[in-house]
Amino acid sequence: MRREHLRDHRAEASLFRFRATISALLVVILIAVVLTRLTYLQILNHKHYTTLSHDNRVKLLPIGPTRGLIYDRNGVILAENQAAYSLEIIPEQVEDMEQLLDQIKSLINIREHDLKQFNKRLKYKQKFDNIPLRFRLSDREVARIAAVLHRLPGVQIVASLNRHYPLGKTFSHVLGYIGRKDLNDIKRLDPTNYISTNHIGKTGIEKFYESTLHGTVGYQQVESNAQGRILRILEQTLPATGKDIHLTIDAALQAIAEQAMGKHNGSIVAMDPRNGQILAIISTPGFDPNPFVNGIAFKDYDALRKNESRPLYNRSLQGRYPPGSTIKPFIGLAGLKYGITNEHYEIFCPGYFIIPFGEKRKFRDWKKTGHGTVNLDQAITQSCDVFFYNLSLHLSIDRISPFLKAFGFGRKTGIDMPIESSGLLPSRKWKREKRNQPWFPGETLNTGIGQGFLLATPLQLATATAILANKGKPVRPHLVLGSSIPGQRLETDPLLQQVQQRYWDYIQKAMTHVVHNYRGTARRIANSRFKVAGKTGTSQVFGIKQEEEYEEKKVAMKLRDHALFIAFAPVKNPRIAIAVVIENGGSGGKIAAPIASKIINHYMAGKIK
Amino acid sequence: MKNTDLNNPEYRTPLYQQWLQQLHLDFPLLVALFILSLIGLFVLYSATGQDIGEVQKQAIRLGFGFTIMLVLAQLTPQTLKRWTPGLFVLGVILLTLVILAGVQVKGAQRWLDLYFFRFQPSELMKLVAPMAVAWYLAETNLPPGIGKILASIVLLSVPVFLVAIEPDLGTSLLIASAGFFVLFLAGLRWRYLGGASLLLALMAWPIWSYMLRDYQRTRIKTFLNPENDPLGSGYHIIQSKIAIGSGGAYGKGWLNGTQSQLDFLPERSTDFIFAVFSEEFGMMGAIMLLLLYSFLILRGIYIATQAQDSYSRLLGGSISLTFFVYVFVNIGMVSGLLPVVGVPLPLISYGGTSIVTLLAGFGILMSIHTHRKMHAQ
Repeated sequence: MRREHLRDHRAEASLFRFRATISALLVVILIAVVLTRLTYLQILNHKHYTTLSHDNRVKLLPIGPTRGLIYDRNGVILAENQAAYSLEIIPEQVEDMEQLLDQIKSLINIREHDLKQFNKRLKYKQKFDNIPLRFRLSDREVARIAAVLHRLPGVQIVASLNRHYPLGKTFSHVLGYIGRKDLNDIKRLDPTNYISTNHIGKTGIEKFYESTLHGTVGYQQVESNAQGRILRILEQTLPATGKDIHLTIDAALQAIAEQAMGKHNGSIVAMDPRNGQILAIISTPGFDPNPFVNGIAFKDYDALRKNESRPLYNRSLQGRYPPGSTIKPFIGLAGLKYGITNEHYEIFCPGYFIIPFGEKRKFRDWKKTGHGTVNLDQAITQSCDVFFYNLSLHLSIDRISPFLKAFGFGRKTGIDMPIESSGLLPSRKWKREKRNQPWFPGETLNTGIGQGFLLATPLQLATATAILANKGKPVRPHLVLGSSIPGQRLETDPLLQQVQQRYWDYIQKAMTHVVHNYRGTARRIANSRFKVAGKTGTSQVFGIKQEEEYEEKKVAMKLRDHALFIAFAPVKNPRIAIAVVIENGGSGGKIAAPIASKIINHYMAGKIK
Repeated sequence: MKNTDLNNPEYRTPLYQQWLQQLHLDFPLLVALFILSLIGLFVLYSATGQDIGEVQKQAIRLGFGFTIMLVLAQLTPQTLKRWTPGLFVLGVILLTLVILAGVQVKGAQRWLDLYFFRFQPSELMKLVAPMAVAWYLAETNLPPGIGKILASIVLLSVPVFLVAIEPDLGTSLLIASAGFFVLFLAGLRWRYLGGASLLLALMAWPIWSYMLRDYQRTRIKTFLNPENDPLGSGYHIIQSKIAIGSGGAYGKGWLNGTQSQLDFLPERSTDFIFAVFSEEFGMMGAIMLLLLYSFLILRGIYIATQAQDSYSRLLGGSISLTFFVYVFVNIGMVSGLLPVVGVPLPLISYGGTSIVTLLAGFGILMSIHTHRKMHAQ
């Protein structure tokens, strides 16, 4: 007890000093720890944190480019960007949202759905964001809002651009359309350039020339705060507008072609044989591409898909038709070239043909009574099948097939469109590979009159006609002016180089007789102003059995013959080559030739005085 | 003892020092505190987005704090010691009142509404609790025996518990550490210290599971891995590290810190103001600031060693070390060394009561230092 009262003050003070010194040391050590930490953050990792800080505040905002426009060869606009207006509200500038919405409702129609969407966006968007209330305002609605805009704080009319195709159906298959990009597009596209692009070309020219039309994205470097409000623009690179495109098509001629088709399903392809420029290209029925731009309603799309006439199908490039008798001038030329026939060689046509020493099958002529004695010229003029049965039998498929290939049959023309069929050019090898069967002589006969396996697209027919008009000089069909590469010269096929000038003249003359001779199958379209060379064709949709009569009127529409016509004009100096295919049209001379004639006449009207 | 007679003409002190002496103010502490407060006002101006109104409010609080400091400096340590038991009882009563009738702010009851102003009794306890322990230990031989130690812990645990259940973990820990510093400085034996640490480690699991609130657990988890929750509670630490790190050696310049000026940094005028300071003034600024703080702390410890009685020594040492805890915990938290605990950066963070408490503490230190000789006489 006593000891407790005896305090050693000196010892206590020294004990305290000791403890205080330890504390002071600890303080110094811990301050050093803090300094080490600061060195780590501010010196060693300064760059890293500077980057993070920069990323925090600086944002890149992409600015989408404006899509290029599409014109016809004369500057008629075919695809344009129309302003579409939407009404948007910036919540932070609005004093009383309820009252404002009531005010807007009294001016324009706001549906329950619009309000619901608006309220949904209001919840998750920032108060300084633009929140859309109504899209696609009519001009009238824009005017009503604009007149009182100063009394509606926070309300904005925002313009955006919408693709529009003023000529609608007439150009539907050529231009195609743009649509919202989907998952597949996103995988395929350059993510940078397309970051703020919502629409891309889905079909036609819009798809093929996507990279030209699209342009290059621009950027705005902005400084924003933690809430994402943009405070200022630091830097910007404006987007490069997409390039405009001028088509080779003449919109007026295109309209004439569409009109001439009437209610028929089919295709017209007209081109300038001198350079391959497509002047008109029609596939009927067409469709209105405009609803596709912002998403066509499922019901409407389904109706288009289920339509028996298949309006979405581009017959000009994808339709595969038996060329029928339109193939005869090419077979005739082959006959001349290989010396199987000549200008004077004649045969007697009894209305049918039997392969010598072969099976006893009768190959019938379309004219039951026969054409009598005919030479090549007359066989083309009157479209005698028997002459060509005989000729092709002697030519054999091994010479026919390569010769037709030289005219572009059986391969893609290379037109500047996303999808094209190569048709079908049969050969011995093809049949062995695809069907594992030998080639039969009867099949050569069918090929010789454009039936059997042989299939061609209307574009291929027009291209072959153009080569014929050019006497062998090849063309590459194209839809955009200046799109054929200047340095790349097309070489004349060696097979066609070997064809003598007089044979070309002879075939062209025979084709002229088709139109201008009193026995020609297309004589009804003859005119006195310029000479037209043509060839009619009527191709069977289904095979007619032996001894069976084909009666047009009794056959259901779907099974009726396709009517075809190929032509070029003027014969002396061809400026237009055309192919017309009318599905189930019946006779080529009666149906297809007059349609082709309308287009040729309209086109030539401006060229010949 | 050196006997210095102020009236001796051979020993002249400058006039301002005489005045300070008469006002019982310590010149080095006063200057450092003024500089620190001034820096604080400038940083606050930047952190509040150039809101001069907020800076004025803070200046008024600082003025009030300096006044309290001046008043406390006039009281002799003996007076304080005499008042200690009374103050402690009053503090405990007020804390009980807070729990019974306090104002709830952000899910915690910390405030007493006294009509004219809101008062946080826990702040008072930050000073009164170490005073009480010092008062209790000063009467006995040091180092204290196990009985005295346990009695001190019981004494301390009353306010610590009452503040903890408000809940205000940060303040509760500060009060506990202030009391602990008294015990440590009194010569708490190392073996007891080791034993207590071991016991605490063993109790960590039950405390974690049963005593901590959800938000407190989240804070600790977030501290351990802030990147796990970058948009939620980890956001504070990530943004604050970015602010400090991007400040670099020399800083982005006053008012030019993008992290703070563009709202990326949360709580930037209060708990996270050090990040604003470091972003704008860089490592150089931070070193200056830490030097200033170190000076205040070491000067405080020096004053304690110069004190002539146990009570003053223990109290002075505890006040200085508690001040250090503020600095270390705040900067440690903002720079990602420690979990986020609501401890302000002394004299710089925006907010009233802590400034008054801290300056009151320096008032006591000044009183201890300036009443020394009179006591000796």
